[in-house]
Amino acid sequence: MQWETVIGLEIHTQLTTNSKIFSGASIAFGAEPNTQACLVDLGFPGVLPVLNEAVVKKAILFGTAVDAKIARRSVFARKNYFYPDLPKGYQISQFELPIVGPGHVDILLADGQSKRVGVTRAHLEEDAGKSLHEDFQGMTGIDLNRAGTPLLEIVSEPDMRSAKEAVAYAKKIHQIVTYLGICDGNMQEGSFRMDANVSVRPRGEEKLGTRTELKNLNSFRFLEKAINFEVDRQIDVIESGGQVTQETRLYDPQKDETRSMRSKEEANDYRYFPDPDLLPLLIDEDFIAETVREMPELPEARRQRFETQYGLSAYDADVLTATRAQADFYEVVVAQAGDAKLCANWVMVELFGALNKAGLDLGGSPVSAERFGGLVKRIADNTISGKIAKTVFEAMWDSEDSADAIIESKGLKQITDSGAIEAIVDEVLAENTQQVENYRKAPEDKQPKMLGFFVGQVMKKSQGKANPKQVNQLLQDKLKN
Amino acid sequence: MSELHLKSIAELSAGLAAGEYSSEELTRHFLARIQELDEGLNSVVTLAEEASLAAAAAADARIAKGEAGPLTGIPILHKDIFCTQGVRTACGSRMLDNFISPYDATVVSRLKDAGVVMLGKTNMDEFAMGSSNETSYYGPVRNPWDRDRVPGGSSGGSAAAVAARLAVAATGTDTGGSIRQPAALCGITGLKPTYGRVSRYGMIAFASSLDQAGPMTRSAEDAAWLLAAMAGFDERDSTSVDRPVDDYLGQLDQDIKGLRVGVVKEFFEDGLNPGMRESMETAMEQLKALGAELVDVSLPNSHHSVAAYYVVAPAECSSNLSRFDGVRFGHRCENPVDLEDLYKRSRAEGFGPEVKRRIMIGAYALSAGYYDAYYLKAQQVRQVIADDFRKAFENVDVLLGPASPETAFRLGEKSDDPVSMYLSDIYTIAVNLAGLPALSMPAPLVDGLPAGLQLIGNYFDEGRILNLAHQLQQATDWHLQMPEGY
Repeated sequence: MQWETVIGLEIHTQLTTNSKIFSGASIAFGAEPNTQACLVDLGFPGVLPVLNEAVVKKAILFGTAVDAKIARRSVFARKNYFYPDLPKGYQISQFELPIVGPGHVDILLADGQSKRVGVTRAHLEEDAGKSLHEDFQGMTGIDLNRAGTPLLEIVSEPDMRSAKEAVAYAKKIHQIVTYLGICDGNMQEGSFRMDANVSVRPRGEEKLGTRTELKNLNSFRFLEKAINFEVDRQIDVIESGGQVTQETRLYDPQKDETRSMRSKEEANDYRYFPDPDLLPLLIDEDFIAETVREMPELPEARRQRFETQYGLSAYDADVLTATRAQADFYEVVVAQAGDAKLCANWVMVELFGALNKAGLDLGGSPVSAERFGGLVKRIADNTISGKIAKTVFEAMWDSEDSADAIIESKGLKQITDSGAIEAIVDEVLAENTQQVENYRKAPEDKQPKMLGFFVGQVMKKSQGKANPKQVNQLLQDKLKN
Repeated sequence: MSELHLKSIAELSAGLAAGEYSSEELTRHFLARIQELDEGLNSVVTLAEEASLAAAAAADARIAKGEAGPLTGIPILHKDIFCTQGVRTACGSRMLDNFISPYDATVVSRLKDAGVVMLGKTNMDEFAMGSSNETSYYGPVRNPWDRDRVPGGSSGGSAAAVAARLAVAATGTDTGGSIRQPAALCGITGLKPTYGRVSRYGMIAFASSLDQAGPMTRSAEDAAWLLAAMAGFDERDSTSVDRPVDDYLGQLDQDIKGLRVGVVKEFFEDGLNPGMRESMETAMEQLKALGAELVDVSLPNSHHSVAAYYVVAPAECSSNLSRFDGVRFGHRCENPVDLEDLYKRSRAEGFGPEVKRRIMIGAYALSAGYYDAYYLKAQQVRQVIADDFRKAFENVDVLLGPASPETAFRLGEKSDDPVSMYLSDIYTIAVNLAGLPALSMPAPLVDGLPAGLQLIGNYFDEGRILNLAHQLQQATDWHLQMPEGY
C-alpha cells in the first residue's frame, strides 16, 4: 500500500526579554540554580502575576510576520497539573483565546516549488523550572531559574507531508523568529524546542490516522530522523495488523528511535480555566501599529535587497540571508570593505569554511565582523593579495589582532611599486636564461603555462608580496622580445 | 487610661498628637487586654509583642517629630491571611503553621507606612473557607457576646477581637461574606470594598475573582480612616483598579436626605429570622426619619447566587491551593518515599476537611466534560446576577438588607451540615459575584445578640455607604453596644 505522512509541529520559542513573563526576575541563561527566581516565580503564598508588556509586542511581531490575525482580546488560562518544577501547580498559558490567530508561511521544497504551511495559532505562556535528576543520590533537585521564562508556542496545521517538509517549516519559523529578534534560536540552551505530531494514512484517504507526539527533538537533524523513524514504525505497526496508539513518544538520538512516554489514557486532565489573577489582554489598533513600526526587515525582503543593492547572485543572497546573524555579519563586512562580491566570497568561502572545519557557528567565530571586514578591505585596496590574506586570516583566527596589525608586524604588505617589482623580474630573468630561451621558442599556446614558472620565481623572491597582476604583466612584456 | 479601648481612631489620633498618651502606652494597653481577655475567645493566633512595641516606639518618634499621619501609632490586628514579613502567616491551616512570610502584603505595607502598629494576627477559618471560624487549625473562635456561639467567619478572629475591644480595628477579607457576616454576628462594622479597590498582593488567595480585603471596625468613621489607607491601585495586582481613591472621610457628613435606598425583596423572604426582620425594620424606620427614601427593589436571580458561588469559589481555590505541595514551603510529610507520596501525605495532613471538600468540588467542576456545565454556567449566572444589580442601581443609590439570616449560632450547630453552613452567607454572596462594595453595621440587638444591617453600594461607591452608615450611627447607639465582660 502507498502511505502518506501527515505532520504538524508545535514549536516553543523562548522570547528574548530582560525579565520574566509575569515577574521582574532576570531570564539570563546559566546562572546558579535558584538565583533568578523571585517570590512570584517561586509561587509563594499571596503573590500575583503581572504581564510583561515586552512579550505582547514580540507576539504581535511574530503574528504580523506570518500574516496572522492579532486577537484584540486574548485570555490567559491556567493549565493545572502537579510537578515539582511547576511551583504554582499550574502553568499560565493561553488556551481558548490565543494572542495570534491563523496565519501561514511559505517553504521551498526540494523540487523548487513553494508550499504554503498553515500556522494555526501562537500563544504566550510561562516556562516551568527544571528537575535535576543527577547528582542528588536518588533525590531530585529543582532549579526554578527557568520558571516564568516567556515562551511563544507556535502551532502549525498538519500540512507537512514528509520529514524534509517539516524541517523546512521548522527552519523557516527559526529564521523568522531570529530575524524578528524575538528569540535567540539557540537550540542547545532550549530557546527553540520542537514537538512533532506524526501520523500516516493510506494515500488518497481523507481521514487522518492516529497520531503520536514526538518530543526531545533539539536539532533539525533529530527532527528529521525522529519523524522518519516514527513513520516507518507506524507503517510497520499497521501493516502487521496492529493499530497505532495515540501517545507521546520520546526520541532517543543515541539509538535513533522513539520510545513511548505516556499514552492518552495516562494523560492529565489539565482543568483549564481563565486565570482570575490576570484580566483579559486587550490590544488596540494603536498599540499594534506602534509595535509593527519597529518590525525589522524580514528574510525575503532582505534577500531581495542583497541582490539589488549589492548585485549578488540569487544563490549568494540566499546563503547570506539564511540567518539574520549571517546577513548582519555580511553587512558589517561590506560596510568596511566596500567590494560586495569580494565580501560575499570571503564570508561564504573562507569564513564559513573555517567555521565549518572548527565545528563552530557564526556566533562562536573567533573573528568578529569588524575584524573580518578589516581583512577584506586590505584585499580590496590591494594592500595584500588574496593568498596573503589567507595567511593573515589564519593569524587573526588565533589572535585578537586586527588585519592591519598582522600585515604590519609580519611585513606582508604587497609590493606594488613597479620599479621594485621590475628589479625582481629582471633578476629572475637573468638567473634563468635557458628558460627564457625555451619560452621564446615555444609555440604561443604553450607560453601561458610556461609563464607560471617565472611568476612562481618572482613571488618566491618577493616572499609572496609582489602584486601578482603586475608581475604577470611585466613578465609577459619582457618575455615578448 | 482604662477607657482607651473605647475611643475611636479620631479620638486616639488626637490624644496621641496632644501627647495625652504615647503609642507605646496604647499598645501596651491592648496587648494587656489581649493577654487578659483572649483566652476565652481564641481570636488572636500570633501576638507580635516585641515587634508591636518597636513599631509603637517608632510611631512615637514620628509623632514627636511632627511627621505623624492620622493612623500613626494606632494598634490594630491583621487577619492571618495577610503575609507579614518575619511573622508567621498560617492562614488558619496546619499547612502553613511553620510559614514565616518573607514579605509584607500590600495592605500590610500600606498600613505600616501609615504608621499603624500591628499587635498580632487573628484567627480565621482555614484558608478563609468557612462561616463560623470552626475550620481553623488553631481551634474555633468564640463570640464575645456568648462564648457558646460562633463569631461567624471566615474573619471571625478579627470580628471577635474588635467586638471585645482587643484592638482599635482589624483587617479582614471577604470572598462570600467573610467580613460582613462575622461583623454582623459580633456587632461591629465591616466593609468589603469594590473588587479591585484594595490590592490582593500578599493576601493568600482563596478565590481570586471574589477575594477582597477590607476594614473591620467599631464604626463607619473608623472604617473610613482605615480604608483610606488600604485602598488604591497596586501595580503588583493586575486586578486592582487604577483610579483615584475617594475622600471617604469627607463624605461621611453628607446629608442623606432624599437618598434612595432600595430594600431588596428577596432578602426578606421566608429564610429570614423574625427577630432579625424586626431589627431591620427598626433600622429602616430610622433611615426614613433621617430623610432617606425607601424603595422596594427586586434582585430576581439572587437565589442562584449560593449555587454559582459554590462552583466558582471552589474551582478557583482548587487551583490556588495547588502550590501547597510540600516542596518549597509549608507542611511536608515525614520521610516521603517518592513524589506521589510527598504530595498525597503532605496535602492530606496539611489541609483540613472543609478545604479538602472544596478542592474536590472545584477540581470536579473544572474537569474535562464538566467545565461547560458547571464553571462556565456559573460564570454566566454571575453575569445575570451582576445585571440584576445594574438594573437596581438605575433606580436607587444604595441597596439594603440583612447581612445574615440569623444571629450567631451555637458552636457545632452546623459543622456537620455544610449546606446549612453555606446558606448563612445567602445575603452576602451575590455582592461578591457582582464585585460590588457592601458593609455590615450593627442594627438593634435580637434577643441580646447582634444583628447586621447590610448596605450595598454601586461600584466604587464606598464613600456613599460609609456616609449612610455614619449618619445612622450618629443618630443611634447600636454600634456602641458592647458584649458584657469586655
